[in-house]
Amino acid sequence: MTHYEYDVVIVGAGGAGMRAALESSQRSKTAVLTKLYPTRSHTGAAQGGMAAALSNVEDDNYEWHVYDTVKGGDYLVDQDAAEIMCREAIDAVLDLEKMGLPFNRTEDGKIDQRRFGGHTREHGAAPVRRACYAADRTGHMILQTLYQQCVKQKVEFFNEFYVLDLILSKNPQSAKKGAKVSVTGVVALELATGEIHTFSAKSVVFATGGAGKVFKTTSNAHTLTGDGMAIALRAGLPLQDMEFFQFHPTGLYGLGILLSEAARGEGGILRNSEGERFMERYAPSIKDLAPRDVVARAIAREVREGRGCGPKKDYVLLDLTHLSPEHIDEKLPDITEFARTYLGVEPHTEGVPTYPTAHYAMGGIPTTVNGEVLRNATETVDGLYAAGECACVSVHGANRLGTNSLLDINVFGRRAGAAAAAHAAKAPQPSMPAHAAARVVGIVERLLAGTGDASSPRPGDIRSELQEAMDRDAQVFRTAESLTHVQAKVPGLKERFARATIQDKGRRFNTDLLEAIELGFLLDLAEVILAGALAREESRGGHFREDFPTRDDKKFLKHTLAYATPTGVTLDYKPVVITKYVPKERVY
Amino acid sequence: MRTAATKDASTKDAATKDAATKVAATGEVATFEVILKIRRNNPEASGEHEAGAGYWQEFRVKVHSTERILDALHTIKWEQDGSLTFRRSCAHGVCGSDAMRINGRNRLACKALIKDLHPSRPITIEPIQGLPVLKDLIVDMEPFFASYREIMPFLMPSGDAPKRERLQSPEQRARFEDTTKCILCAACTTSCPVFWTDGQYFGPAAIVNAHRFIFDSRDDAAWERLEILNDRDGVWKCRTTFNCTDACPRGIQVTEAISQVKRALATHRV
Repeated sequence: MTHYEYDVVIVGAGGAGMRAALESSQRSKTAVLTKLYPTRSHTGAAQGGMAAALSNVEDDNYEWHVYDTVKGGDYLVDQDAAEIMCREAIDAVLDLEKMGLPFNRTEDGKIDQRRFGGHTREHGAAPVRRACYAADRTGHMILQTLYQQCVKQKVEFFNEFYVLDLILSKNPQSAKKGAKVSVTGVVALELATGEIHTFSAKSVVFATGGAGKVFKTTSNAHTLTGDGMAIALRAGLPLQDMEFFQFHPTGLYGLGILLSEAARGEGGILRNSEGERFMERYAPSIKDLAPRDVVARAIAREVREGRGCGPKKDYVLLDLTHLSPEHIDEKLPDITEFARTYLGVEPHTEGVPTYPTAHYAMGGIPTTVNGEVLRNATETVDGLYAAGECACVSVHGANRLGTNSLLDINVFGRRAGAAAAAHAAKAPQPSMPAHAAARVVGIVERLLAGTGDASSPRPGDIRSELQEAMDRDAQVFRTAESLTHVQAKVPGLKERFARATIQDKGRRFNTDLLEAIELGFLLDLAEVILAGALAREESRGGHFREDFPTRDDKKFLKHTLAYATPTGVTLDYKPVVITKYVPKERVY
Repeated sequence: MRTAATKDASTKDAATKDAATKVAATGEVATFEVILKIRRNNPEASGEHEAGAGYWQEFRVKVHSTERILDALHTIKWEQDGSLTFRRSCAHGVCGSDAMRINGRNRLACKALIKDLHPSRPITIEPIQGLPVLKDLIVDMEPFFASYREIMPFLMPSGDAPKRERLQSPEQRARFEDTTKCILCAACTTSCPVFWTDGQYFGPAAIVNAHRFIFDSRDDAAWERLEILNDRDGVWKCRTTFNCTDACPRGIQVTEAISQVKRALATHRV
């Protein structure tokens, strides 16, 4: 065990983590701890673009972008935060270009822009070209560009260091109102050696990404297990709006691999078994470019009503065949290759089978617009920050617009990194308590102990059961009955997990151990998602309750705050910040 | 060396392929059994194997005809042997974690469809070559990233930054577009015979990433990078065997990129 001391520790090296690191490492001694090599992060899988009202190809302004973001989020967006994001979007894109990002270009050499779901001009009049992009690999280019800049700045990475615990000065749930709760540091498992290390830090930034693996069908990487969210939850902090999960309309059938909305931005059309462009019925004005929650529900409904395609009538087709092959190859090279590689389908001539796939957690660790983590509805934790998908600012509300997450990680990654460095400049170095690693040692030793024989439950089985239950009962359509059904399963899964052992008893590169720990996080998060979803007796954005099919602003125009307590998940609420846009019915 | 397929094997292959084709048509997913012959290595002694000793282990695994090698590795790990160790993340060919040597060729496990790998015979899986093996299919990536860092893989423009974006025409961008696709998986570098025998050689991936900046109209440090690559361990070591191009899971024309770098050095023109 080694003890390290840093001004700033950043946990996670995707877009948000590296953007934060570029800020903080210039001003303070910064370490980036990441369970994956930085270039493996899932930011690299983002495809379609990054929104900013550059007005490079047609008239646009950031206020329209704010409006679209608020409406797209079904009015659960904190409007002050959305305004900051959309205003700073322009510089965020220009900064990336100056770092070297190879955006697609217009004929006159400017950054090109394309259409994307829910982004409109003049408050919904018509789709607008706002997404800045690099073919259908914009996230890849952002991840590579940020990593390149980190190499240039000699940012200090601890690759394959898996952070498993957050140490705070006191338990935030027992701290009195007004009492100061501050960050002490983190505890990490070094995968190569199996050693457990402690890091004292004046500021800690969580940028650990999403939790898509709580579902079976997901566009998310195997490693997206909500680590940072669950660690915060276990440390006594709340998670916000976790019931809002985005199901991306076009996952590759059977696999869930993302097929970018850019396919529709470039002119692609969704068709059912009758060949009908069914989005005309659900969103008459912007059709296939409606926000993701609307399109995902439309697809699920077409399938449910018997208009799905294929022998099982369980998918719809993403039709690009009317576009020229050259246009497809130039603008959508990667996703068309996915269709060829994994389904043997040629998008030049055939529709691509698609179905919604779990894609993005709108909820997460609640923060202020400077990334400061909240410990309740009003108070922050001194020195603790979060940014990116693991955080909830909230700029996405109940449903995130496409291209707003690559924007979110850049704007709020930068803000969190700057705030963390500024805090570190005036804070003393915290001293780690002697027993700081005890909780992690306990988890690791418990899993390494035991014989791992046939009688002990296998983490792999528990994980599949959880994911299948979540897909079946907590996906696009939810009811009290379906949610209660899956909720009743979780305690049994947790009980089996408590008895589970792993087969690999070694210390070095023990990915068997790593996956078991990840499963523990997923189980905790499933409980929070379900508790929030069951309590929210309304339909808003990505959360659709068939038994309460309309939005209920009287009761639920508020953010959920979920806490893990010794007696289970308890819920509290926090008001939505509304500045300009009064909630209205959401029509597209 | 791959031997010619026996009649029996090719018939089985054809049957497997048929089964796979049917999947698309009917939605029914056929299953069959494959044998994966995996090169293992545990840095800690376990059972009859000494610490760090390499050995082969065969696993029989039921797979669906639509599955990839990564799915089969997961089935083994989750149902048979949790100690089988490999890196992976995105599972669709964009993160670059799971490059491995499959039937003697470097591929990403998440892009290698089992039905395309002559599954009637055992499929061999080994770590990529030329980097130190740490455990089973995991190698030490540090030497690879060290070469990458040496070619200064970041934009180095001169002059003051403009207020808006630097202008670049679609044609200017097209010159280096191909090499921006690199995901640093190391499949190319670890398929290169020069890299295997010469630990000093930068390897194709580092040259690809140098190319990405050398031919970017916004960059003004092409000659600094070319100077590095003109070194005796640089671009001239390439013997144009095209292994790298064959290995690249992103379809980057790696050998062509290296040739363009050589040409720039030979003609003193970028």
